[in-house]
Amino acid sequence: MRRRDLIRGALLAGVLPGTLTAGTPLAPAPGPRPRTLVLLELKGGNDGLNTLVPFRDPNYARLRPRLALDSTSLLPLDDAAALHPALRPLMPAWDDGELAWLQNVGYPAPNRSHFRSMDIWETGSDATEVLATGWLTRSLPQGSNPGVPDVVILGGDEGPARGGGLEVISLQTPEQFVRAARQLQALEPPARGPDALAHLLAVRASIRQAGVEFQASIERLEEPPLAFPSTPLGRQLQQVARMLNAGMAIPVYKVRIGSFDTHSQQLTRHAALLTQLAEALAVFRATLKQTGDWDRVLVMSYSEFGRRAAENASAGTDHGAAAPHFALGGRVKGGLYGTAPDLTTLDRGDPVQTTDYRQLYATIAERWWRQPAPAFQTRFPVMEWI
Amino acid sequence: MPMFCRTPTALLAILLVAPTVAALDVNETRHLLDRAGFGADPDRLEALNTLDRAAAIDALLRPTQDSIELPDWSGDRPFMDQSAFEGLDEAERQTLRQARNREIQARRRDLKAWWYRQMLTSEAPLLERMTLFWHDHFSTELRQVGSPQLMLQQHLTLRQHALGNYAELLRAMATDPAMLIYLDGRRNHRAKPNENFARELLELFTLGEGQYEEADIQAAARALSGWTLDPVSGAARFRPARHDDGRKTFLDRTGHFGLDAVLAILLEQPRTAEFIVEKLWRELISPEPDPNEVVRLAAGFREGGYAIRPLLREMLLSEAFWDDANRGSLVKSPVELIVGTIRRFDLPTPHDRELLALGQRMGQNLFDPPDVAGWPGHTAWIDANRLLMREQFLRRATRDLADESALAGQPWAGLDEEVVRQWLWPVQGVPVLAAPLPDDDGELGVREALIEAILDPRYQLK
Repeated sequence: MRRRDLIRGALLAGVLPGTLTAGTPLAPAPGPRPRTLVLLELKGGNDGLNTLVPFRDPNYARLRPRLALDSTSLLPLDDAAALHPALRPLMPAWDDGELAWLQNVGYPAPNRSHFRSMDIWETGSDATEVLATGWLTRSLPQGSNPGVPDVVILGGDEGPARGGGLEVISLQTPEQFVRAARQLQALEPPARGPDALAHLLAVRASIRQAGVEFQASIERLEEPPLAFPSTPLGRQLQQVARMLNAGMAIPVYKVRIGSFDTHSQQLTRHAALLTQLAEALAVFRATLKQTGDWDRVLVMSYSEFGRRAAENASAGTDHGAAAPHFALGGRVKGGLYGTAPDLTTLDRGDPVQTTDYRQLYATIAERWWRQPAPAFQTRFPVMEWI
Repeated sequence: MPMFCRTPTALLAILLVAPTVAALDVNETRHLLDRAGFGADPDRLEALNTLDRAAAIDALLRPTQDSIELPDWSGDRPFMDQSAFEGLDEAERQTLRQARNREIQARRRDLKAWWYRQMLTSEAPLLERMTLFWHDHFSTELRQVGSPQLMLQQHLTLRQHALGNYAELLRAMATDPAMLIYLDGRRNHRAKPNENFARELLELFTLGEGQYEEADIQAAARALSGWTLDPVSGAARFRPARHDDGRKTFLDRTGHFGLDAVLAILLEQPRTAEFIVEKLWRELISPEPDPNEVVRLAAGFREGGYAIRPLLREMLLSEAFWDDANRGSLVKSPVELIVGTIRRFDLPTPHDRELLALGQRMGQNLFDPPDVAGWPGHTAWIDANRLLMREQFLRRATRDLADESALAGQPWAGLDEEVVRQWLWPVQGVPVLAAPLPDDDGELGVREALIEAILDPRYQLK
């Protein structure tokens, strides 16, 4: 057959020479299923003080004449801290001891730029240090499942998995990914060429490899037993639940919810975001409990910073520093960890962090992956919430 | 609508015989137009073929009498008239709200498709590219601003200054109504300043992160207080009663600063010009700006009062721009890939919704950048999901080209394989990437050469 006929024929058939062939399963459907971390990025800087509210602290109401939440509407966790009412769907997890609130998390000399501070959080650096690799890149156990992606991104960029070394795949649904991956032609990388070409070919190679692996699991993908909310986060978590349940041995998923940058008219915007967050997580938890996967899943939130303690003139809050985060999962030891923010001693208007954010990563490494903590400048103490 | 009316053989003859020694060859023309336009369509390959580098660049930079037809709603008031709700019962209100939502969604799509059409047909591709560059720089999200009219107005301001003067553009953006909404400038009141715009002004529009203290942001926020919007016309208004006229210390200077003083101080800083030059370098030349060249170009830019055309001319003429080592070092953005492919091969223009979905799936939703920093760009255009969408689009383009009638009368019909590669690939001389196909008789037709060239990853670079 002549070359042009081959190309033509392939075009007519909608496939190209060298397409994917079926591969081996990701992991046997029965048998041990690996622990999975779901990183939840709260993009824009979530307002911690109106998420986990120090409702008895008179400074809270003083700093926020318009934004302080009505204490009768709050969901108290103890006699000092209460959740935003929109987080009610998370209360069953709290009552079952599966939700840990990690208070007042940040890092020294906080940077208030969205982009710089997110880089700090995602690379695990000091405020003054610039690192090229993400904290996951340096700490995820390597090579446990050859060919299986290390990180699957459903929202946002590769963030903490940046810098090379991990197999990172972004997708919307596994079926769509496999369909598109099947169309990719095999290419031999050239010995030399621009970095941009090397990057493109590396992404292409990961797609082909992951496509082969996914192919085998695709038949095991089912619709979850419960309906997920039709919100951006609901759709992302729905896909995570499906892949978990199909036995795909992917160690980390990343999902994202925006836009927490509430400089103005914060009350309604923030409530809507927290509603979306809590509703999606509640269905995620209920689904995985039904499928028996909940004990091997850990969800942890992160965000570039909290927001200014005092409200601004536009019924919003400007960029701040320390904020609470949460861990949710079947093996999480629920409760409040760390110390509540001290609203009497603010640094440039913001609470001073009392738990370094890298303690969260150290805890995940040692307690979840049972690995040594990732290499940071300093050793950060492990916490007790797993 | 056929774009080309010459015979195939004429173009071939022109491409193979460069009329003068200094005239651009196919390789150089592709390089210049990939970087400073939407690629070399056969019209432009031919038009530039007789010019040398300087003349070709001057032709790209020449001001055009670009009168454009605006969407038919462009003259409407920017905000919906709330008085229409008076006297309606709840059911009627609901109906009116739904009708308005449908209309505003339609206008948002219309606005995006309108810009695509400008880019697909413009005779001034560099103007379009620079308008897109400034849209990315002064990133503003239609989904947050809400009003398509105000976003169109901002777009026309970007377009007006795109090749003009950065100082004037910055001043216009500081009181641009869509920007005043997006970064809360209209809510910045002396009683409690809102820092949102002030922070991004320093971090993203002028100095870059790490060049100032938090106190400078707070001082700038005070200086910028007092600007708001007219609720009916949507025009920017300065209200002295909302402005903090007190003394401020900003970047080591003290005075009763307002907006113009803050911008003047920022424009005096060498870092501001360097920051813009670095960003343009990554757009036009390579991912890693040469620090010495940046300082040199930035000094000229600042001393020249921030005129954009001379800066672009100098950058496009620079050794670094033409250096072989920088060819293929940049990734085509989704808009460049979509618009460039349709223009290069005279493909049928997709329907509005399809066009918008293409860009969105590849990660570039025009008028709706991901956040205030704009599109991360470069290798961020290529993650697994986006790469699959790009390849899907390119495969579909090759299917259009595989149709016999697509070739008939096209100016490239007589090109040989080698010229096709020079026309479409920024990197020559590396081994062909595709696995060799069996039984190659060496007689590839132009159609197969085109298809192979488009599906090769090098086509996605510039």
